[in-house]
Amino acid sequence: MALDNESQNQKRNFKVVGTRVQRPDGIDKVTGKARFGADMSAPGMLVGRVLRSPHAHAQIKSIDTSEAEALAGVRAVVTRADFAVIEDDEFTADTLDNCMAGEKALYDGHAVAAVAASSTAIAKKALKLIKVDYEVLPNVTDVDAAMALDAPVLHEGRANETVPAGMSSNVVARHEFGHGDIEAGLAQADRVLERTYRTAATHQGYIEPHACLATMGPDGQADLWCCTQGHYFVRDLCAAILGMKQGQLRVTASEIGGGFGGKTTVFLEPVALALSKKSGRPVKMVMSRSEVLRASGPTASSSIDVRIGMTKDGKITAGFAELRYQGGAYPGSPVEFGAMSAFAPYDLEHVKTVGWDVVSNRPRQAAYRAPGAPMAAYAVESAVDELAKGFGLDPLEVRLKNAAREGTKASYGPTFPAIGLEATLQAAKDHPHWAAPLGENQGRGVACGFWFNFGGNTCVSMSITPDGTVTVSEGNPDIGGSRASMSMMAAEELGISYDRVRTIIADTGSLGMNDVTDGSRVTFAVGLATIKAARAAKAEMCKRAAQVWGIDEDAVIWEDGAAKPAGPNAGEFPPMSLAEIAAIASNTGGPISGHHEVNAEGAGVSFATHMVDTETDPETGAVKILRYTVFQDAGKAVHPDYVEGQFQGGAVQGIGWALNEEYVYGDDGVLQNPIFLDYRVPVASDLPMIDTVILEIPNPGHPYGVRGVGETSIVPPLAAVANAVSESAGVRMTELPMSPPKVLAAMKSK
Amino acid sequence: MSKVHVSTTINGDPVEYLCEADETLLDVLRDRIGLTGSKEGCGTGDCGACSVTVGGRLVCSCLMLGAEAEGQEVETIEGMADGENLHPLQQKFIDHAALQCGICTPGLLVAAKSLLENNPDPTEEEARYWLAGNLCRCTGYDKIIRAVMDAAQEMRGAS
Repeated sequence: MALDNESQNQKRNFKVVGTRVQRPDGIDKVTGKARFGADMSAPGMLVGRVLRSPHAHAQIKSIDTSEAEALAGVRAVVTRADFAVIEDDEFTADTLDNCMAGEKALYDGHAVAAVAASSTAIAKKALKLIKVDYEVLPNVTDVDAAMALDAPVLHEGRANETVPAGMSSNVVARHEFGHGDIEAGLAQADRVLERTYRTAATHQGYIEPHACLATMGPDGQADLWCCTQGHYFVRDLCAAILGMKQGQLRVTASEIGGGFGGKTTVFLEPVALALSKKSGRPVKMVMSRSEVLRASGPTASSSIDVRIGMTKDGKITAGFAELRYQGGAYPGSPVEFGAMSAFAPYDLEHVKTVGWDVVSNRPRQAAYRAPGAPMAAYAVESAVDELAKGFGLDPLEVRLKNAAREGTKASYGPTFPAIGLEATLQAAKDHPHWAAPLGENQGRGVACGFWFNFGGNTCVSMSITPDGTVTVSEGNPDIGGSRASMSMMAAEELGISYDRVRTIIADTGSLGMNDVTDGSRVTFAVGLATIKAARAAKAEMCKRAAQVWGIDEDAVIWEDGAAKPAGPNAGEFPPMSLAEIAAIASNTGGPISGHHEVNAEGAGVSFATHMVDTETDPETGAVKILRYTVFQDAGKAVHPDYVEGQFQGGAVQGIGWALNEEYVYGDDGVLQNPIFLDYRVPVASDLPMIDTVILEIPNPGHPYGVRGVGETSIVPPLAAVANAVSESAGVRMTELPMSPPKVLAAMKSK
Repeated sequence: MSKVHVSTTINGDPVEYLCEADETLLDVLRDRIGLTGSKEGCGTGDCGACSVTVGGRLVCSCLMLGAEAEGQEVETIEGMADGENLHPLQQKFIDHAALQCGICTPGLLVAAKSLLENNPDPTEEEARYWLAGNLCRCTGYDKIIRAVMDAAQEMRGAS
């Protein structure tokens, strides 16, 4: 079979891709049948519960579990002593320590023990019987305070070789990117703006709390059901933490009730397995909302200094940013991505960023949608906006003048291939939103955003059933409609209708390793593997047809869902459809399937421009979002509804980050707002419709031109909203969230 | 503490159960009756994922005791479709792609049905305020509101 030409493929007339078909899991999800993490049970199941530290920082001197163990109905109690000792892998060791504290409790809510009991009531009672002797230590939760030389220290000796001597032990890594000569660039500017910006930590806020059901037998074989973005990674982490072999543990991903990056690691899963091992019974664990907020990963809080030089005609002569992110109690804040992405939308001769990774007495950060990028974009896009407006220039024109384009050497190193930033800016400029009039106390903000996107390890297996339908097995939990997209790409490639393909999420025993659902990788990488698996199946079907016709298999092509002779010289045979070939597969060599395994590259970066109108109440400081439009490059929108949904959802999470959401700590280091009443995410009445414009600049790295779209959409809104509020309030806002008291105070001080 | 005996009606079926005096209706539905369509997102009445109606009134089942359902008519997401026929709201949620992960969907559908029973012709603003007690983190609410408004229009035409 002749190989398809990729660039021709991208320009093809799609039949299924680009349509708005119904998702395969829709009916289960609107009828309540879909089974999420907490919806599974097993015979003889116990209830697992975690005892959490009430202190932000404390030495654990001793734990006495004897009274809890003696309580009727309690079947197992575990502490750190029940887990493997991990010496050679800092990330896994930290993950274990985060799941179950060792020598110290490092944040309010840190797990210190867990019980499994025959009922929730008994489990709760047992937790109260566990006696932990704490020596409370001074704590630090603010990033700048944690960098001070006299700050309470979480760990000694965790700084890597990039950190200069003489800094606080809480500073664990330094990252630097850029090129050119900043001072020389700044000297060419008509104005150099220096500002410091701060953002609060925010939580991903998925509505489904973490949940799992673990079963481990005395032979060490175990099964785990859990809500996760990556069940293969859960398997590998749990195996390491429990000292098991990966093949002994089969993990099945439940339906997942949101993740946004926060379900890319483990919290309860190793604990449930340890409790099941000790009790010999299945153990189910479900977090409460306050446990989710206190002990699962929010993103980092940040403090960022920016220096940008601009000429009076809007040319950016140099950009510098120093970013400080605290990522909670362990190394690994997303500051490196912040430092890489801060100036990505700009074509700059002189650019430099420095990022500092800092630990503090807060829960270990987890990935949150474009981790690290929104805060960096907030700082840079605020400064660019202030400079542009200071010169009386159009902020979209200034961005177009300096925009990164094909051939631009990115601030983080690579040279961009075809990218869509200019297209999003041009679309924004041409949109009626840009020209719409504004009223009193109203303002309009724009900002750009960038995300790298990712490919990664991916496996797809595709079976052709005897009646000519198709099952696609993939290994990435479907977090927002990806099963529909995979079925669409399979149908497109095979030339059959969408309703003949069903996509399932296979367990860890059924496919090779798959990286987690992150980096906006699934539609790109799993889509690519699906297309390649379909091509393998088509090649096999062409071979079977050739066999039936008695001609050479190279003389058979696949077209419109059927094998056909390549031309008049190949012979005169009527086309054999997929269903006809499938029906006789037993007689032509056996069942037919296609599969593809790859570590996918060529994900293709993505850019967006957001535009927002706000109105500020001069009496209360409250901000209302009046109108919002997202312009983003999707490469190729496989299912436009779900592309729009990603644009809208990211924008609204960004609005929450900009206006309401924050982790509030007191001097005691205890989280003061661990419920949704006080950690306020946007609700329907806070918002207008979120308009979307999908641009399609094909990604050269994907057969259909697809780029990931899930993360870029949360990068611009912090700055876009801040730029709008700064205009509608008449004062430049440099700290998030822009909650009413802060906005009011700023307005009064101007 | 002895358990409480409760006789009630759930989705039209007569149901009896024993529950603890301090057990929520949500826990009864999920853990005793096996109706896991209602979800616990917060346990404090802030997210609406556990929305059901009791005697026609929209409530968070996490804020009500199982014992309080005695003699009541409880309706959950599992009772919304009529056999194979989806309720118009359910169909419109699928048509408009008004769900991504789907965890908030049962609560939103129950709340939206209650809205349209109380107000068959809501403005967009009325729909947004009625549904303000139901958190969705994936969609930004745009497609949810469109689905509800479209279902309302279709249901008005049908009646």
